[in-house]
Amino acid sequence: MHSCTETKGGGNEQTQLKTKKRASCVFLPDRTSRGGSGCWRRRLRTEPNRDTDMAHSDGITKPKTRRSKRFLETREPKLLENVKSVMIMKGGNTNQTVTEALKDIYSLKKPNAVLYKKKNITRPFEDSTSLEFFSKKSDCSLFLFGSHNKKRPNNLIFGRLFDFHVLDMIEVGVEKFVSLSEFKISKCPEGTKPMLVFAGEAFEMDNEFKRLKSLLIDFFRGPTVPAVRLAGLEHVLHFTAVDGKVYLRSYRCLLKKSGCRVPRIELEEIGPSMDLVLRRTHLASDDLYKLAHRQPKALKPKKKKNISHDAFGTKFGRVHMQKQDLSKLQTRKLRGLKKRRGEVVAEEEQRPEPKVAKVES
Amino acid sequence: MAACSVEELLAKAEQEEAEKLKTISVQKELDLDFDVGNLLACDKNRIESKDFKEQNKEDFLRSLARDNTQLLINEIWKVPTERVEEAIVAKLPEPTTRLPREKPPPKPKPPTKWEQFAKLKGIQKKKKTNLVWDETRVAKNEFNRLKNVARSQKIKTPGVGLLPRAKQSKDELSKAVSVAKTSTASVGRFQDRLPKEKPPKNAGKRRKFEPLIGDFSSEKHKQLELLKVMDSKRPKLDITKAVNKQMREEDREEAASRKKGGKGGAARRPKGKGAKGKGGKAGGGKRRGKPGKR
Repeated sequence: MHSCTETKGGGNEQTQLKTKKRASCVFLPDRTSRGGSGCWRRRLRTEPNRDTDMAHSDGITKPKTRRSKRFLETREPKLLENVKSVMIMKGGNTNQTVTEALKDIYSLKKPNAVLYKKKNITRPFEDSTSLEFFSKKSDCSLFLFGSHNKKRPNNLIFGRLFDFHVLDMIEVGVEKFVSLSEFKISKCPEGTKPMLVFAGEAFEMDNEFKRLKSLLIDFFRGPTVPAVRLAGLEHVLHFTAVDGKVYLRSYRCLLKKSGCRVPRIELEEIGPSMDLVLRRTHLASDDLYKLAHRQPKALKPKKKKNISHDAFGTKFGRVHMQKQDLSKLQTRKLRGLKKRRGEVVAEEEQRPEPKVAKVES
Repeated sequence: MAACSVEELLAKAEQEEAEKLKTISVQKELDLDFDVGNLLACDKNRIESKDFKEQNKEDFLRSLARDNTQLLINEIWKVPTERVEEAIVAKLPEPTTRLPREKPPPKPKPPTKWEQFAKLKGIQKKKKTNLVWDETRVAKNEFNRLKNVARSQKIKTPGVGLLPRAKQSKDELSKAVSVAKTSTASVGRFQDRLPKEKPPKNAGKRRKFEPLIGDFSSEKHKQLELLKVMDSKRPKLDITKAVNKQMREEDREEAASRKKGGKGGAARRPKGKGAKGKGGKAGGGKRRGKPGKR
């Protein structure tokens, strides 16, 4: 039923068909695939069967079962988006450093990450079509591509996509790498939302570093949550930009008792430690960048009328009063101003003068 | 004497306070930028390259990280907290950093053919409520409520049949009598009857079965009769009877509704009834005339 024997082109070393005994491995028969850059991947349990559950016509897939309908609905554009997931891939040639680095970042980003085991001979900076194809198939908008060659040793390309087209790509070289396994300390549980700290002027001044900062935030921030458990704030990722290099360190946070409510922090290093040097970049053009940031109107917070703030943050509002009968106003009763019978005539004469009433409120 | 001791106390308190805060306070030239919604802190302070190269790199980075994290934690702790299932949880504000979306915002779907038509005609979507007024349910609820009241106040209620009303109808009274009669150990078999009291109808077994052994002639007779009836061409359903019954039902219904409703209902009914009646009668008449043919 699943066409494991079907190949399109396939001059690649990995597309030599071994008899797949595991039913879970499927080669995706897509009409638009190019020959040569196919990649085997484990079919996700959440994916419905493309042949029976969905009807394809004119490039539009119509779901036939409720499960496939749900599947398509999770993938369509929404007001509040899903967590961005990463696809981690290897290039034509990789060495141990790069593979370990990719594996470590995969474990940091679990479960919102997909690690492809086989190599893909592509050059993202030259041809990004295969990346876009994979992102469409796995619904990932972030990618991490690792490769190694003489010219660019220990190369990592961090990138993100918008609408399945490449938005930004930043290539870094890993100069010093200490992997997770070398730190013999217990790690943070999977899926903890990490705290992110960026240090160094470069992240504010330099354009490329600014984009890198935005990209790294996007990469590592995890799902947006309305509340966070205070005891669960364990993981810290610290990025320092000094002398044109970025130092990534990952620590585990220990909340110690201090005299007051806020705990004192002690850190112990757990995670991968990388020294990155910036290489090539491919940044999105300004208008594409702006387009990607456009938020739908529905998400804008509704402005409450009649409430304004001044420079100091004080909240102002207008209170509209009906016309008051000032003669019936409740004021402090001063004996001198008390109306007496004999004085009625005198008061009437004085009427043209404006009444000055002492009001203390 | 007292004055200087008060001053001393205040000074001491201040000192203690400062010491407490010392553990969590961090001195920085420039304040950090915080985005608590994303658990993010940005430190814009300059990092002197010479400082960096002098010390052991890792220690320098670690102390920098510790300071920054401390400031971030201080910021997070300022946020209102609440208790959710034995854990203290801080309610984070919305993230302030603008990050690009994954996909473009959803386009409003074009209206379907029905939606267009409805808009054209001005048809509004009427929400059907799940709840419909149900008379019998009301009566049942009332009955149950009164039973509950009686139970709570320990008032004695009859087991079957009698609703607590001032005037009971003839059937209800007779039912009450029969219930009372049968509530004896021998199920009312030896109860004396009043001189003019009729024996109760539908007493005894609800269904009678023929004995399994004994004389089978009656059974045989019955089966043959059945076959004869099936064989004959007479219609099994007596149409006239059925129609008359239907007509009587309708009359009754109409009388009941007339009592309630106004003239409008009454005006409408006779026409409908007449039509049906004519049709029914005609049909019945036809059949009556020639029972054999169909």
